[in-house]
Amino acid sequence: MEVKNQKTKDQKQGVLKRIAGPVVTAVNLDAHMYDVVKVGKEALMGEVIKIQGDNVIIQVYEDTSGIKPGEPVVNTGLSLSVELGPGLLTSIYDGIQRPLAVLVEKMGNFIERGVTAPGLSHDKKWGFKPLVKAGDKVQAGSIIGEVQETNIVHKVMIPPTAKPGVIKAMKSGEFTVDEIVCTLEDGREFPMIQRWPVRVPRPVMEKMNPTIPLITGQRILDGLFPIAKGGTAAIPGPFGSGKTVTQQQLAKWSDAEIVVYIGCGERGNEMTEVLTEFPHLEDPKSGKPLMERTVLIANTSNMPVAAREASVYTGITIAEYFRDMGYDVSLMADSTSRWAEAMREISSRLEEMPGEEGYPAYLAARLSEFYERAGLVKTLNGARGSVSVIGAVSPPGGDFSEPVTQNTLRIVKVFWALDAKLSQRRHFPAINWLNSYSLYLDSLQDWYDKEVSPDWNQIRSWAMGVLQKEAELQEIVQLVGSDALPETEQLTIEIARMIREIFLQQNAYDAVDTFCDMKKQYDMMKSIRLYSDLAYAAQVAGVSPAQIIAIKAKNELPQIKFIKDYKPELAKIEKDMDAEFNALRSAA
Amino acid sequence: MKEYRTINKIAGPLVFVEKTEPIGYQELVNIVLADGTMKRGQVLDTSDDLVVVQIFEMTTGIGRDSGVRFTGETIKMPVGREMLGRILSGGGKPIDGGPEIVPEKRLDITGAAINPYARANPSDFIQTGISTIDGTNTLVRGQKLPIFSGAGLPHNNIALQIARQAKVPGSTEGFAVVFAAMGITKEEANAFMQDFERTGALERAVVFLNLADDPAVERIITPRLALTTAEYLAFELGMHVLVILTDMTNYCEALRQIGAAREEVPGRRGYPGYMYTDLACLYERAGIIKGLKGSVTQIPILTMPGDDITHPIPDLTGYITEGQIVVNRDLHRKGIYPPINVLPSLSRLMNLGIGKGHTREDHKKVSDQMYAGYAEGNDLRGLVAIVGKDALSERDRMFLEFADLFENRFVRQGFDEDRTIENTLNLGWELLSTLPVEQLVRIDRELIQKYHPKFRAGAKKE
Repeated sequence: MEVKNQKTKDQKQGVLKRIAGPVVTAVNLDAHMYDVVKVGKEALMGEVIKIQGDNVIIQVYEDTSGIKPGEPVVNTGLSLSVELGPGLLTSIYDGIQRPLAVLVEKMGNFIERGVTAPGLSHDKKWGFKPLVKAGDKVQAGSIIGEVQETNIVHKVMIPPTAKPGVIKAMKSGEFTVDEIVCTLEDGREFPMIQRWPVRVPRPVMEKMNPTIPLITGQRILDGLFPIAKGGTAAIPGPFGSGKTVTQQQLAKWSDAEIVVYIGCGERGNEMTEVLTEFPHLEDPKSGKPLMERTVLIANTSNMPVAAREASVYTGITIAEYFRDMGYDVSLMADSTSRWAEAMREISSRLEEMPGEEGYPAYLAARLSEFYERAGLVKTLNGARGSVSVIGAVSPPGGDFSEPVTQNTLRIVKVFWALDAKLSQRRHFPAINWLNSYSLYLDSLQDWYDKEVSPDWNQIRSWAMGVLQKEAELQEIVQLVGSDALPETEQLTIEIARMIREIFLQQNAYDAVDTFCDMKKQYDMMKSIRLYSDLAYAAQVAGVSPAQIIAIKAKNELPQIKFIKDYKPELAKIEKDMDAEFNALRSAA
Repeated sequence: MKEYRTINKIAGPLVFVEKTEPIGYQELVNIVLADGTMKRGQVLDTSDDLVVVQIFEMTTGIGRDSGVRFTGETIKMPVGREMLGRILSGGGKPIDGGPEIVPEKRLDITGAAINPYARANPSDFIQTGISTIDGTNTLVRGQKLPIFSGAGLPHNNIALQIARQAKVPGSTEGFAVVFAAMGITKEEANAFMQDFERTGALERAVVFLNLADDPAVERIITPRLALTTAEYLAFELGMHVLVILTDMTNYCEALRQIGAAREEVPGRRGYPGYMYTDLACLYERAGIIKGLKGSVTQIPILTMPGDDITHPIPDLTGYITEGQIVVNRDLHRKGIYPPINVLPSLSRLMNLGIGKGHTREDHKKVSDQMYAGYAEGNDLRGLVAIVGKDALSERDRMFLEFADLFENRFVRQGFDEDRTIENTLNLGWELLSTLPVEQLVRIDRELIQKYHPKFRAGAKKE
């Protein structure tokens, strides 16, 4: 689909008929669905969402107070599009790609209306280095040059809808995004900038099945419920259960090359936290500030609801653009429930027939369209790129049976169930290990075998088995107390407690524990396994559970989390543990 | 100004006016009754042929013969420095017998969203003197931290204690208080006013009173007037402002009432589908702006119908605010004041305001450890009820006792007791020292060596 060129000359002008909140009605307007229009004397940005006879219904991205019937409406003839090119990284945008930093300059600390600002700077010059030369054949998606944008190399591509051609001339040097850097034999010219309508997925050559995990440094995620690069995950949870902290941890530590973070209808202070924190945090791989690989989209809860609806599309389009360069992109949307509510609010103002709980009947379709834009792909230029999508869901009252959670779960492959009970006892991340699942385990198995250890998958199943067993035993303990359990099962309870407290709990605010690589995860789990093996052996040899549980060396295990160079300490603990068990066994 | 006499329909708080000139959305409207009295309203829906006006007062006396004047502007509020010390109605008119407010500025009450890029990260620890807040659910300047309560619980006292004791240690600037009452009883309002007068807080306070018998629809604008005032005091005059909004439940009821009168498609439990956005437009008006001196900190109070935290009002609030302080009926029955249940309570900005340079380096880990201990002890209570204390292991018994100690020593304090953060944290260590050291898995060894009473005492001997 080609983005229509601006037809500023024959703009059609209509007249406002009715205003009721963010939804307005215009008449005498020649419009098509999803055309962007300028509403009223202040030219507020809006989008056509319904056409009914002569009435054109428009959702307006800005506050409509004071707008009167009779004011003009102008159709730009364009779909809602984003500007793609150097300058995206480190930016913070609102839901319709207005850079918030520029808005502060233009209108001060509060977001007033009627101010436009382009998504990219059109004045800034970028050092462009061509990668093709005269005579080379290019086609849609071909990489023709690169720009060192931050520490990330921004690849400049032929737009995905262009026909093939032959390069006539390439330029090299400092250019703005609008200056022509590439001319083809047939006379077509390309600048660095591209525009793309946000509601349309960018084309790819083919979609592939993901086989590599997105390593996040979070033990419960990487270890037990991994997401693949190009995969989809949902984090539902009641308020206060740690959705945002988990999302931010993923944005910080996941081993994607580019991170797009969408704050959709969430808190202003949270975005500020990201903005102040990210420039100071280092990417564990590159050592560069995390901000350099990040694009932020912030449409806070009190910003216009229609722009909130658009924000997830703006975000995923930017993510796809970087994917097309061959990067692994991860996209966090916090929270998709606010997005769904924006749809509901607009739908109810349109007086559409409501579906479940007042959500529009097309809720499921919109959610699946969005998540389907994730994936590991072969791009148009033949490279491998991926977009992983991780969506937070905020179910009302923490009830997972509500429509947004349910419709999301039908699509995503990984489910990280947050649990208010866990967060109340400060078990963080408060992800419930019994309800969560990952459908990528099988396809990622080879990777774990090769990159971590051939016995990792077996140890993982063992740990899950212990946790499952504990849950069953806890029901009995609740009735009769733990002393009434058989000896082996008292040990199971203790070992499960160790898995929970040592492996699963992770302190996001501790400088060391905030990120735990796969090797350390393996070593930690392996030590718990060692204790487990020794414990059962000792029990068979006649040592009492109380003595086994009282082993001193294992009390040092939790400290491993906070030690960066943990190996000597861990070896010592394992040695001490072995010695203590030996003593117990010979005494028995 | 043109006056229309074309009212077609009056339903609940809504008046439908026909055949007008183009009228702006959200414009302020004056309705003139036959006897000359004037009622105010706002445009909710405007089109060529019909304008829907929401009246902020009782519609008593409005008839098809009443005159309608459209003012041509959205609702603006006169603000000025002189507002400090004044008592105003829920509609912003002085009711303390004093003169009209001389406006230094007239501000739109809807307020615009603070650009997230212009916000500064809140990080100034506010010491409220209440251990369950300072120690485990720390409030910081610029935060919005609601109190979730129930009918008959002492949430008002907690709010008063916070308003009275709140200070930033090491800073001489006090807080100005903006207090907005929505639908509370005269008696409750009196309690607030008396305490403000007793402690001299009234001089630094602006009070908006919409009482239980005032028009419900007026409640829609009361918090907006209060927040507009707060923003003016904070961002134009550079003050640190604490805003107390009570009771948000009454506000939401008013919102539902208007939704029903407009025959909108209702959302959960009859509340309008846009309630999240509407509440967000209030709660998000808290924060700090880069380069400006003042701050707006919000403490909204709401009573959870049937103590149900999943009710739409607390639920939507919890998703917007930066945490919540939950007042608990069981603790109240045990005679513990303040009956704050720390388990479901949370302060999301806590980590920004605590630790080295803010409070003390051990704050976070002490807090986590106490939470974990109390949660575990609390769970065991259920077990004790079934199997008796004797069936517990020694470890379990210690946690059970810890939970009791926590409630009686850490949670319980006096209405006038103002604990410093040092005292609160030391008290925490004292309680934690009743547990074996190896059970303190959330605290690293260094901190244990430095702060644990056992080691501190040991160190002194050497």
